[in-house]
Amino acid sequence: MVLEQLAVNGIIAGSEYALLAIGLTLIYGILRLIHFAHGEVAMVGAYSAFVVSVVFGLPLIAGFFVAIAAGALLGIAVNRIAFRPVRKQHILIGLITAIAVSILLQNAIALFFGNDIKTYNLGAVEKGIEVFGFIITKTQIVIVFTAVALMLLTWAFIKKTKIGQQVRAVADNRELAESIGIDSEKVIACTFAFGSALAAAGGVLIAAETNLAPMMGLMPNIKAFAAIIVGGIGSIPGAIFGSYFIGLAENIGIWFLPSGYKDAIAFFILVIFLLFMPTGIFGKKKEGIEQ
Amino acid sequence: MIEAYILHLLIFICIYAILSMSLNLITGYAGMLNLGHAAFFGIGAYASVLIVMAGFPFWLGFIAAGAIAAFFGLLLSVPALRLRGDFLAIATLAFGEIIRSILVNWTEFTRGPLGIPGIPKPEIFGIAFDSLWMYFILAFIIAAVAYFVLRHLLNSNFGIALKAIRENESVAASLGKNVNLLKMQAFVVGAFFAGLAGSLFAHYITFIDPGTFVLGETILMLLMVALGGMGSLEGSILGAIILILLPEPLRFIGLPSAVVGPLRQIIYAAILIVLVIKKPRGLLGTQWFGGIVSDSN
Repeated sequence: MVLEQLAVNGIIAGSEYALLAIGLTLIYGILRLIHFAHGEVAMVGAYSAFVVSVVFGLPLIAGFFVAIAAGALLGIAVNRIAFRPVRKQHILIGLITAIAVSILLQNAIALFFGNDIKTYNLGAVEKGIEVFGFIITKTQIVIVFTAVALMLLTWAFIKKTKIGQQVRAVADNRELAESIGIDSEKVIACTFAFGSALAAAGGVLIAAETNLAPMMGLMPNIKAFAAIIVGGIGSIPGAIFGSYFIGLAENIGIWFLPSGYKDAIAFFILVIFLLFMPTGIFGKKKEGIEQ
Repeated sequence: MIEAYILHLLIFICIYAILSMSLNLITGYAGMLNLGHAAFFGIGAYASVLIVMAGFPFWLGFIAAGAIAAFFGLLLSVPALRLRGDFLAIATLAFGEIIRSILVNWTEFTRGPLGIPGIPKPEIFGIAFDSLWMYFILAFIIAAVAYFVLRHLLNSNFGIALKAIRENESVAASLGKNVNLLKMQAFVVGAFFAGLAGSLFAHYITFIDPGTFVLGETILMLLMVALGGMGSLEGSILGAIILILLPEPLRFIGLPSAVVGPLRQIIYAAILIVLVIKKPRGLLGTQWFGGIVSDSN
């Protein structure tokens, strides 16, 4: 029974990682660049919801939507500040500016809110309810359903909207897309806005389940890296699959290992996949990896 | 009082100069972005402390710190042979986090997050380095030796071959350079010196915990390398001097420490962004990842 409970925990974690991983993989698909500050976008989203719900006393759902809007705007700003000016330069320069942005955001939040841990004050510690024999809190149920709803929204955005179509076109072949009149800078900005909004939503869900701190985005973002490598970089179904894979692996892994090694399990899987299966499970192309 | 403060800063400059020079070898010369350099620093610190506190002499702990870190450098060079660019960066990041995780969790050995207090000051063949002046002399000698060894290595065929790999790996290979071996050597030598810096740091501060050897430390070293110039050993020393001294005035304007810490990091990050956009070659660098970047100035 404990093992099944760990699996349920893995699904909850996987749902949270997936919201970050989708944005990472979309941005990678279009720019061939790993967005290192994506976890900090999630963190800022979580703090925006904190301002709305705790400082102004509005319901958390209002904070959730404010976070999504703030995430989208921040995504556009990050693209402008860190990625657009260095787009023509070596790939590592984009990575370094992204790292700098992530430090900037962590410390700006630490300066305003302090380094101490905050919560959404969702009331007394929730008592888990039993669903099919598993202990799960209402917050956790909401997290999983919200995450799945946002994944369906992503699917609709990518497959059914015009801008989604253009995102796929630019990811596929930027020059060809530009030649038929697609404004690739606009498409890149939209990708950042959409992916960052999802990350911010993920940040609120993570904070609702645990708590808020300036460093809260770092680990989930590295888990999301691991997820997109496992699933195959650039693929959205791959990112979602990889997220649940990592979530399950690290939670079930602590059945065998001391629980302190939970994070290390995800990193170990990341290194193994990078070394032996760098295209992941759903990936096709060998991007950036030695042939 | 002022003398002690200045000596303290000079000791830190020596330690960080070794770190930034060794990172420059891997990242600036060989062109492999290493986000796990703080792990080598930490491995060296823990190795040296555990050996010395088990009753062995300092010089043995010091050399072992370099050797054990170099062994981990060899391990990390395995992904470096297969991955490029940002993928390698992510793999090195994961390596750093795995090492940190082990330092936190292997409590019988490392005391975990509690850290190891009461580390003895070094004593080499009867000479005790227990005063600030003595420690500064020790740190300065080691930093100077590190500089001359690296300078010699990089002026030799080894250094030229590394640069050739950074410029164009296929061309370097076609000219008969053993690219894999060279990358391995860069990681091993870089990790070795970072390990020595770890030993020097641990016996100076006399307390270590896993929280010291985190990604933020690697970023600081990377910033020193980028500021001084990728592929410039002298630049790395200059970068270490500037970035150790730069945040110091913040201490004297009476801001609370909860403000100084984040503010320092914000200054670092802002410099890094402006630097790579406006002056990607750094202060003394000749090139940044080959001819790909044209200096915008």
